Amino acid sequence: MYSPEASALAEEIGLKKGKANLEVFAATVEALASSDPQVVAVVSDSRGSGKLGPFGAAYPKQLVEVGIAEQNLVGVAAGLASAGKKVFAVSPSCFLTARSLEQIKNDVAYSDNPVTLVGISSGVSYGALGTTHHSLHDFAALRAINNLHVVCPADNYEAEQAVRAAAVLEKPVFLRFGKAALYSLGSEAEQAFEFGKARLLRYGDDLAFIATGETVAHALLAAEKLKREQGLEARVISLHSLKPFDVDAVLAAARECGAVVTVEEHMVNGGLGEACAAAILEAGVGDCLFHRVGIPDEYTVTGSQADIFRHYGISMEGLFSTAGQMLERV
Amino acid sequence: MNYTDGQLEQKSLKLRRSVVKWIKHAGAGHTGGSLSCIDILNVLYNRILNVSPENFTSPDRDRYVQSKGHAVEALFVVLADAGFFDESDLETLCCYQSHYVGHPTRKVNGVEQNTGGLGHGLPICVGTALAGKMDAKDYRVYTLLGDGELAEGSNWEAAMSAAHYKLDNLTAVIDCNTLQIAGRTADVMNSEPLVEKWEAFGWAVRRIDGHDIAALTEALRDPLEAGKPSMVIADTVKGRGVSFMEDVGKWHHGVPNDEEFAKAMEGFDMQLAAKEGALS
Ligand SMILES: Cc1ncc(C[n+]2csc(CCOP(=O)(O)OP(=O)(O)O)c2C)c(N)n1
Ligand SMILES: [Mg+2]
Repeated sequence: MYSPEASALAEEIGLKKGKANLEVFAATVEALASSDPQVVAVVSDSRGSGKLGPFGAAYPKQLVEVGIAEQNLVGVAAGLASAGKKVFAVSPSCFLTARSLEQIKNDVAYSDNPVTLVGISSGVSYGALGTTHHSLHDFAALRAINNLHVVCPADNYEAEQAVRAAAVLEKPVFLRFGKAALYSLGSEAEQAFEFGKARLLRYGDDLAFIATGETVAHALLAAEKLKREQGLEARVISLHSLKPFDVDAVLAAARECGAVVTVEEHMVNGGLGEACAAAILEAGVGDCLFHRVGIPDEYTVTGSQADIFRHYGISMEGLFSTAGQMLERV
Repeated sequence: MNYTDGQLEQKSLKLRRSVVKWIKHAGAGHTGGSLSCIDILNVLYNRILNVSPENFTSPDRDRYVQSKGHAVEALFVVLADAGFFDESDLETLCCYQSHYVGHPTRKVNGVEQNTGGLGHGLPICVGTALAGKMDAKDYRVYTLLGDGELAEGSNWEAAMSAAHYKLDNLTAVIDCNTLQIAGRTADVMNSEPLVEKWEAFGWAVRRIDGHDIAALTEALRDPLEAGKPSMVIADTVKGRGVSFMEDVGKWHHGVPNDEEFAKAMEGFDMQLAAKEGALS
């Protein structure tokens, strides 16, 4: 996932490799279930990929299996939630947010059934399994549905906090997790996690990386490289909540830095970048340089997640040169 | 080429060996479900389907859509054997910028449809079979489903429409290996009784041993009954051909380590030697 240079830099600045967010999710749900018999996970032959094997073994009555039937998964989850269960509906994001989109829209969001939809192995986590297994549309599709939080944690801290926050929110939430082991990105003490509140990971005023999910670490490393090699101070924001959206953090970045690079493991259409662009334009910050990094509107290149990231410049090196070109330094 | 049953059995062994070889090479793949369906694909491509590299663009060709797309390694080795591409292309399986990825795509010669999300093959085939009826064409349409895959509601929507439109040019096969990812299909989401279900949906149904070349040939060649879509429930063994993989759930997408790989290859060599002895 990281080049030797990026890995070395990560070590130098003290980033520690944690677990996959998927594992943190499973452990957190298990912890919640230990004190709350109302916690239920619904799976569609996805307990293995959702790392919920131990949960199922510990709380067999709190795991509902529907078989390979994602539409039924979301419908059943909505029904369980309406009867007071704290429901996590867990399935690969590619299927959960496409096949079951109507159930998400009608049965969960508009009927206001407080289901936590958990899209696992999201983005291009499945790598060489190919386009059927990628979810490059989920932000775009779900951003267009009212009454649904859309959240994409960047590290283990955000993942655990997001699961816990979703469990007590009593509102429909979509959580998006990948399966790569992730660096821990910041001091957890400094900022409490809150839906709709971006996490400032690094202060700077030459340009801002506004990133989400598994791309954030690459932005953080690019910021360090920019500092060392160009003397540039780059701000790095983990914008974990696509909805609700932290307009203030985005506008502050645009106004104070004058240059914004958005980074997402999603097609550039309809995702984080467009959300930021709309906020910036609408507020009249007209002179802000702006560039979206993500998967372009083309047949996605084949390969592992790391191959795909590298190909589209979602890497320390790629973001370093994007930023440099933007500021005409390279 | 006209193969005897014995020659096709021999070919199945070679195809299975290739499946394991390429999965080992790529370091990823759906092993169990590729091994269970080899005999079905072998009979389809070498005895039944009027499809070849030469006629693949002809509107009159027979169609095969692999709904259980994850068993792509089985499809790839069978297509390579049928001459759609050189088997050495699979050197790039799952590599950066290769068209040979973990599910079928139309970027690969011989692949009819992109599949991988389960529950898509049958609806597509209903459409293609319906078009054949509309245009009074003789082609036949085939699809392969997994037994776990049957939980997808889209299959049952398509089941209804296939009977409604009397699509006797359509044959669906279930690779009924009784396993899916989380374990036994009967425990995860029971799909039985399959014969009664499909009959109730208006299909002509036959249940056979899915590793019996003669039985597969007989069941797949013609419509089972005029005026009805055909359902062939093929009872199979997941991981077929590798002793330690047979009927073991974890080999759904397991890659053998070096020792296991050597053992698997040794097993194939022995089976092939025995088969050659029997054929000569
Ligand atoms: C819509 C959809 N949901 C989930 C999956 C993930 N998945 C891939 S294979 C599989 C199990 C398939 O079991 P079965 O149909 O019995 O196939 P086989 O045993 O022949 O491998 C699952 C759940 C998928 N590919 N598509
Ligand atoms: Mg099966």
